[in-house]
Amino acid sequence: MTFNGVAQIVIFFLIVLALAKPVGIFLSRVFNGHRTFLHPPLRWLEALCYRLGGVDPEQEQRWTQYAISLLAFSAVSFLFVYAIQRLQGFLPLNPQHFGGKQVSPDLAFNTAISFVTNTNWQSYAGETTLSYFVQMAALTVQNFVSAAAGVAMSVALIRGFARRESKTIGNFWADLTRATVYVFLPLSLLGALFLCSQGVIQTLRPNLPVRTVQGATQVIPGGPVASQEAIKMAGTNGGGFFNANSAHPFENPTPLTDYVEMLFIFVIPAGLAYMFGREVGDTRQGWALFAAMSALFLAGAFFCYHFEQRGNPLLARMGIATQATAGQPGGNMEGKEVRFGITDSALFATVTTDASCGAVNSMHDSFTPLGGMVPLVNMLTGEVIFGGVGAGLKGMLLFAILAVFIAGLMVGRTPEYVGKKIEQKEVKLAMVALIAAAASILVFTALSSVLRFPAHGYWNPPGPTAANVANPGPHGFSEILYAYASTTGNNGSAFAGLNTNTPWYNLTLGLAMFIGRFIFLLPLLGIAGSLAAKKRLAVTSGTFPTHGPLFVSLLIGTVILVAALTFFPALSLGPIAEHYLLFSRHAMAAVKP
Amino acid sequence: MNDKAPITASAAPTSGPASHAGPPRRLSLADATILRRAARDAFAKLHPLKMAANPVMFVVEAGAALLTILLIRGWWLGLPGNSFTFQIALWLWFTVLFANFAEAMAEARGKAQADSLRKTKSETLAKKLAGDRTESVPSSSLRAGDVVMCAAGDIIPGDGEVVEGIATVDESVITGESAPVIRESGGDRSAVTGGTKVLSDEIRVRITSNPGETFLDRMIALVEGAQRQKTPNEIALNILIAGLTLIFLLAVATLPPFAAFSVRAAGAGQVPSVVVLSALLVCLIPTTIGGLLSAIGIAGMDRVMQHNVLAMSGKAVEAAGDVNTLLLDKTGTITLGNRQAVEFLPAPGVTEAELADAAQLSSLADETPEGRSIVVLAKERCGLRGRELPGAAHFIPFSAYTRMSGVDMGRRRLRKGATEAVAEFVRQEGGTVPEDAIEVSRGISRSGGTPLVVADGPRLLGTVHLKDIVKGGMKERLAQLRAMGIRSVMITGDNPLTAAAIAQEAGVDDFLAQATPKDKLDYIRQEQAAGRLVAMTGDGTNDAPALAQADVGVAMNSGTMAAKEAGNMVDLDSNPTKLLEVVGIGKQLLMTRGALTTFSIANDVAKYFAIIPAMFAVIYPALRHLNVMRLATPQSAVLSAVIFNALIIIALIPLALRGVHYRPSSAATLLRRNLLIYGVGGLIVPFPGIWIIDVVVRALHWA
Repeated sequence: MTFNGVAQIVIFFLIVLALAKPVGIFLSRVFNGHRTFLHPPLRWLEALCYRLGGVDPEQEQRWTQYAISLLAFSAVSFLFVYAIQRLQGFLPLNPQHFGGKQVSPDLAFNTAISFVTNTNWQSYAGETTLSYFVQMAALTVQNFVSAAAGVAMSVALIRGFARRESKTIGNFWADLTRATVYVFLPLSLLGALFLCSQGVIQTLRPNLPVRTVQGATQVIPGGPVASQEAIKMAGTNGGGFFNANSAHPFENPTPLTDYVEMLFIFVIPAGLAYMFGREVGDTRQGWALFAAMSALFLAGAFFCYHFEQRGNPLLARMGIATQATAGQPGGNMEGKEVRFGITDSALFATVTTDASCGAVNSMHDSFTPLGGMVPLVNMLTGEVIFGGVGAGLKGMLLFAILAVFIAGLMVGRTPEYVGKKIEQKEVKLAMVALIAAAASILVFTALSSVLRFPAHGYWNPPGPTAANVANPGPHGFSEILYAYASTTGNNGSAFAGLNTNTPWYNLTLGLAMFIGRFIFLLPLLGIAGSLAAKKRLAVTSGTFPTHGPLFVSLLIGTVILVAALTFFPALSLGPIAEHYLLFSRHAMAAVKP
Repeated sequence: MNDKAPITASAAPTSGPASHAGPPRRLSLADATILRRAARDAFAKLHPLKMAANPVMFVVEAGAALLTILLIRGWWLGLPGNSFTFQIALWLWFTVLFANFAEAMAEARGKAQADSLRKTKSETLAKKLAGDRTESVPSSSLRAGDVVMCAAGDIIPGDGEVVEGIATVDESVITGESAPVIRESGGDRSAVTGGTKVLSDEIRVRITSNPGETFLDRMIALVEGAQRQKTPNEIALNILIAGLTLIFLLAVATLPPFAAFSVRAAGAGQVPSVVVLSALLVCLIPTTIGGLLSAIGIAGMDRVMQHNVLAMSGKAVEAAGDVNTLLLDKTGTITLGNRQAVEFLPAPGVTEAELADAAQLSSLADETPEGRSIVVLAKERCGLRGRELPGAAHFIPFSAYTRMSGVDMGRRRLRKGATEAVAEFVRQEGGTVPEDAIEVSRGISRSGGTPLVVADGPRLLGTVHLKDIVKGGMKERLAQLRAMGIRSVMITGDNPLTAAAIAQEAGVDDFLAQATPKDKLDYIRQEQAAGRLVAMTGDGTNDAPALAQADVGVAMNSGTMAAKEAGNMVDLDSNPTKLLEVVGIGKQLLMTRGALTTFSIANDVAKYFAIIPAMFAVIYPALRHLNVMRLATPQSAVLSAVIFNALIIIALIPLALRGVHYRPSSAATLLRRNLLIYGVGGLIVPFPGIWIIDVVVRALHWA
């Protein structure tokens, strides 16, 4: 590790820390319907949305109604995105003349679920598959509203904790509208302008063929990139305009844009943690969650950075310098952009998987085994470390409920969290969510490790599903595990190296995204409903304290333990085995110095 | 305390079979009869239908059965590796049996007590009133509403209320207390319990319960655990560990495919066998808490009974742990039941000895505790002792009308009583009342005491200061409660001035003066509305609504049937201070559950480090680095983990039955301590534990 690298990570964290409170206060005001500085310019838009949708924002919903609204909204969005992709050949803004040939039904299904669930897993390369119209009307729109729906669910869960003896948890349509109008719209407008200023392109012109100095022909892609890029980060969507995602110079041209893009990922989740404390009437509760998230984030970032900077021992043995010097970054630079270097690549990988963003500025597949395990583990914990817009807070609250339930008994009282008793119903729903996520990752990975389809058949043309991996051995296993962890966690980042554009993978990855969004999150809405109906208990010195360092460590321990106990066997056959193989004497001997 | 024979077990060990009827005896944890009985029941509980109620142990039993079948098949076909399968299967069966044994131990104590209670429930003949005469009928034919006669020596045939007469009753069957109690018609001491014995006099009793629903029946059912329902918190915990079991089932079931991929990729090793996978699953699922959960609950109820409190449900015991506010009756709970004389304050021109002498004379025949305390104080202060009233003395008892008592000795008329009453007496006798003496009385009232003015005919001699005496150690106990976040509220009929003074002295957080039953009820509702749980004690019929409203209502056994019905606990000793212990037991019960759950889950980390390298080192030899315990062979590693998993259940049975160590302190302190012991401890302990077992296993050549 270098001083420069450590400083970059620490400064990044300090900026997030500084933003949490103001953003939290802003979010809290927006979702309570209070006036903010953005109301004068945007109030008309919010009102227009309500008028067009026939929505009364004051009309409160029970958790079941809230959930049905969410499901209905998602179902309609899904059908819309699916149809537009399949029909892109008949639609405007298609200078490359893409048609149904590029988007098979299973790919369209996968992509539709992917964008509706805020996952943005991409089994395709955008620049060679989708028209500008699909990118703008279908995908970018979903980038806004699927993120807004995610925030809405978090706000509903916060209300569950904050309200007392209430049957309702807010209005989904109002939350959705407010998140879009006051949060994502201004943020992405600002972001897009900034990105343009740094060199991100925004054009509707077709790809530009040019002749290079050597005389070869090169196609320079075009497209409305900046408008999608800002919301891709702020909405923790992560679906790039280009296949190379944020590693592409047209998406992420400079170290500055890189830094800002990472901040965009964390700013809303960090604000939501603060908002939680503010809404339950004790900001320390929010800071406790923030502290647990921060500790896990910093641990992951430094762990990843350490192993990336340490580099590949086999290269060192071959006499290749892997030390960081003033002139070169050293470490493991395979799959990393020179303009970002080791630190920003490791940091970006950690940030994008802590949150359920999934944008990448380097190829995670090329990370060292343990460096690459960091993004994997981040997703296996359920992306609770800040998390995607809202998804992280929800997951962290789920773990808080579990931690409080187990450890809370140890103070000799029925467990309670921020004044709400944690009882049968909450535990049951929390377990449903946890089991759903674990089952999705484990079962799909298991199936894809051993299933054999006929070669050149419909389901998986390569034949055995394990044959789709580029690297056999433990690394190949990591590629499969990563894919299902990423989709179940609604992250969308790819380890790469796994060909997933076959009906089998498109279908199962699509199902994993569905489970990760709905089977995981609906129980949490149920918890919100159940908690909202409860009394708030008085706080005494006999109350389990949920704001101190003790609780923070307990929460961190619970997150790690649950993930470790569920996935340790799988990880031991993937990155851990690979790590020991790489560093074992056997592997060393094979490389002649 | 030692002369009592509580109906349930306690720490003093005895041995030998329980052959005698009558009050049940104490039973120790390691009683031979109990151990035998529990061992027998442990096998009976292997029935799959019974096991299905406990998902965790059911999975273990299923695994054990599967391996047994594999073993038989292996022997039949002469396959290799049978000895390993045999040992794993054996230890899985032990795991189930140990868990069953824990539950049986907890139940056996209750069952033994129920047996001896049942012996007292012999069939008796009742003298039922039919018109003017009585007829003899079997007690089992009595219905609610029947009226029976009970004379000295009769066993009262059923629960009821005394409608006529007064009698002394031996209730040792129920309470274990040998001193007889008085039961009389009307008022708050009218309830009698079936199975108790009338010692003197004769009463008429109206039966209030039908056969099979009597207090004794309920008590038997409760100690036996026959009607034991899982408490809400226990159910929630069960859901959690069942959910974890399912997650581990998924983690283990997906291992063969993962391994198959890796075997193909590495070109070495093999997919783990069913035996190893079963062993891994059993090690991972929370068997420690799963095996001990019900034992903890039963033992918690049992501990309540050791304090001679009968909890009507486990839920009530749990709620006791959650209580935020305790309503404590002043008299008998916070203060000693009676006021005591603490000071003689003579009027101007009177000596203390003169006042003491008159006060003592007027109290010699006064059998009230206040009167006795005056005699004692006079003895202590002025050495007046062993005096007899002259034969001609005529004692005037206290009456609510005169508000005085005293003695007439010839022409000398001594009186003591309320200030105004005695002042009036002095004036009638032709004396004058010094203003100073009245002022002294007022001062005593203000300080929370009761002034008792003494007069000798027309001469007002002075004032005796009677004071409520706060029980020793009460202030400290209330301070402990405060540290645990529990507010104490004193309930008293006294005026606010007196109440405030005592409240301050006892260190309660709040008081309710001149409390009517309705005030109590309102106070409870108000506390509950603010999100607090309330516990209280009560005995009178007018306490019943408040007892029913409170989250924990402890009725005194000496109280009325209505009160006992309304509360969710009955204190057989009728000692209101017991509420504090009950709160402690409730907390200890929840703490024990939490501690063992945490311990159980934390244990898994070490088991992974034992079994994962054992399974996968054949595929990727580099994974031997994960074998941090340096266990000898893959077989010995798996076997050691399974043995550790089984033995830890046995090792923790005493903890489950006795409850974790508990000292009142704040939640933060408790959490820090328990998290360190059971969380961090649970993480570390299995590493040396499994290593030691591995050494032994190797030494014995088991694997």
